[in-house]
Amino acid sequence: MSRPIRVLVAKPGLDGHDRGAKVIARALRDAGMEVIYTGLRQTPEMIVNAALQEDVQVIGLSILSGAHNAIVPRVMELLREKDMGDVKVIVGGIVPDEDAAELKRQGVAAVFQPGASLEAIVTFIRGAVG
Amino acid sequence: MMKVAERQFTTISGVPIEPLYGPEDVRGLDIGEPGEFPYTRGIHRDMYRGKLWTMRQFSGFATPEETNSRYHYLLAQGQTGLSVAFDLPTLMGYDADHALSEGEVGKCGAPVSSLEDMEILFRGIPLGEVTVSMTINSPACVLWAMYLAVAEQQGVDWARVSGTLQNDILKEYIAQKEFIFPPRPSMRLVTDTIEFGARHTPKFNPISISGYHIREAGSTAVQELAFTLRDGMEYVDWAIERGLDIDEFAPRLSFFFNAHSDFFEEIAKYRAARKIWAEAMRDRYGAKSERSMKLRFHAQTAGCSLTWQQPYNNVVRTAIQALAAVLGGAQSLHTNSLDEAYALPGEHAVTIALRTQQVLAYESGVTNTPDPLGGSYFLEKLTLETEQAANAYIRRIDAMGGMIPAIESGYPQSEIAAASYRYQCEVESGERTIVGVNRFQSEDQPIELLQIGESAGRHQKEKLARLRQRRDNSRVRKSLDALQRAAEGAGNAKPENTMPYILEAVKAYATLGEICDAFRTVFGAYTETSRL
Repeated sequence: MSRPIRVLVAKPGLDGHDRGAKVIARALRDAGMEVIYTGLRQTPEMIVNAALQEDVQVIGLSILSGAHNAIVPRVMELLREKDMGDVKVIVGGIVPDEDAAELKRQGVAAVFQPGASLEAIVTFIRGAVG
Repeated sequence: MMKVAERQFTTISGVPIEPLYGPEDVRGLDIGEPGEFPYTRGIHRDMYRGKLWTMRQFSGFATPEETNSRYHYLLAQGQTGLSVAFDLPTLMGYDADHALSEGEVGKCGAPVSSLEDMEILFRGIPLGEVTVSMTINSPACVLWAMYLAVAEQQGVDWARVSGTLQNDILKEYIAQKEFIFPPRPSMRLVTDTIEFGARHTPKFNPISISGYHIREAGSTAVQELAFTLRDGMEYVDWAIERGLDIDEFAPRLSFFFNAHSDFFEEIAKYRAARKIWAEAMRDRYGAKSERSMKLRFHAQTAGCSLTWQQPYNNVVRTAIQALAAVLGGAQSLHTNSLDEAYALPGEHAVTIALRTQQVLAYESGVTNTPDPLGGSYFLEKLTLETEQAANAYIRRIDAMGGMIPAIESGYPQSEIAAASYRYQCEVESGERTIVGVNRFQSEDQPIELLQIGESAGRHQKEKLARLRQRRDNSRVRKSLDALQRAAEGAGNAKPENTMPYILEAVKAYATLGEICDAFRTVFGAYTETSRL
């Protein structure tokens, strides 16, 4: 029997809008994954440390505040520093196409913009980790 | 495709709708009159024949300077009141040069770190003539003090300043999550503003008790209504505990509701709101003044309903939602821009949003008589059902000991999370159609978007550095010490009102962050227990 996929869902920065993060977390659990939700106001350091401690395969970052260009690269940098490059990072929220392209160039596995289906996210994670 | 026989007809919130409504649905119902208790049909006899709703577009971005330009633009385009959006650092009580503000300055609203920024924000805007609403919660008392200081600088008597402070901390714990301090000290600060307002700013609404954010977090219409009104009752309880008479402050309590997609459900919600509140003021609290019983509200069309896909469809959604708010008797309205899912409103997009209100006001004819849908079998039945369902929630929260125990046990938050997941599953399965998203997809044309880069943050940091240098730092230090002592209080003595101390601090150009840090020292910081 294969081990369930472990996912950390995180809200980085000051953004308190957690509707999407909570819905995603619950959908991933319903899809059989083990989900750790960090709660609000996480710094990149807190997120990467939690990911390390919880031994997750995926980090999901939920950012609607427009601060993604400052926050996400910092997370990617910390993951490299801690030799956690095999952890897949996905981003959800308000991220314009040009910024999404740049984030992917920096190693983000996927960016999910508004209207993305839960099924698409589940399928992506299974494909990325499996 | 579902067979017609299987299909459930419900509102977007899941309320079942009958195949037909008729006279038996309203038999025995006393609908009442507009302008008469319990105001189901509206708080004014003449409604929009006397005065239109205020067209009040929520606005703020990048820097106070750029936001001030946008305010001048919007007023020139026919907007009739201002509404300030602050950035996340400001909302959270951090200065633009705080470590946690990195990358966030000006992205979601205007950064205001000191009185200097507030002065710039309102440059050339006469605060004695323009009403201003400020969407600020945890540090609302501080931003309000800055605003009052600017009014004073302009020579405007505080008895004349008119506007609204959102200042609704309870819904932060429930939905928006922009809390700083724990609930009880935060309620003390809110009560300070209500008390200060009752004494000094008779035309200013010190609070805008909000359902908008509760709905945006995914609640149903009934939950939005019930949690908002019950929050209102909590504020009333605290003000009475402070020693205020109900009729001293209740006339200036104002409300803020969402204008969501299900047209009739929204109109029913507003009508039920007025009825429940009027009866609560008179019967639960013994209010004597009509003004205490008349629920006044601002509405904003539902941001969460707008889509990334095919953004021009959003103009249509916003128009329908705005119409519901108008038919529901809103006193003030914000219409979202078509680029809502992408960015803060661009100039072209916000102009269309404002024109939407103007078309409604001047071309549609719906303003010609109050409560034009009154007497509709469907609407009256839905209003009654909404009232009953909301009252059931209110009683449940009463039984928990009030809204603070309810929040501490996670009750409203879990109701909202369940409703939002249920809704998302409906969209996911196709049971609920979102045009352009899960049905009727088509190729999108890219739209022009407002860009906010990091220059806003740099600009604000430089300004702050200069401010910290040139101000009288000894006066700042003294004012912060006095503020901290007032916040601490002395033993069991009735707590002092913090507003005069905050006013002195802001006039000394103490920064928002410095003032909030003084409060953080006394009150502590709140961390919520995350529940999915």
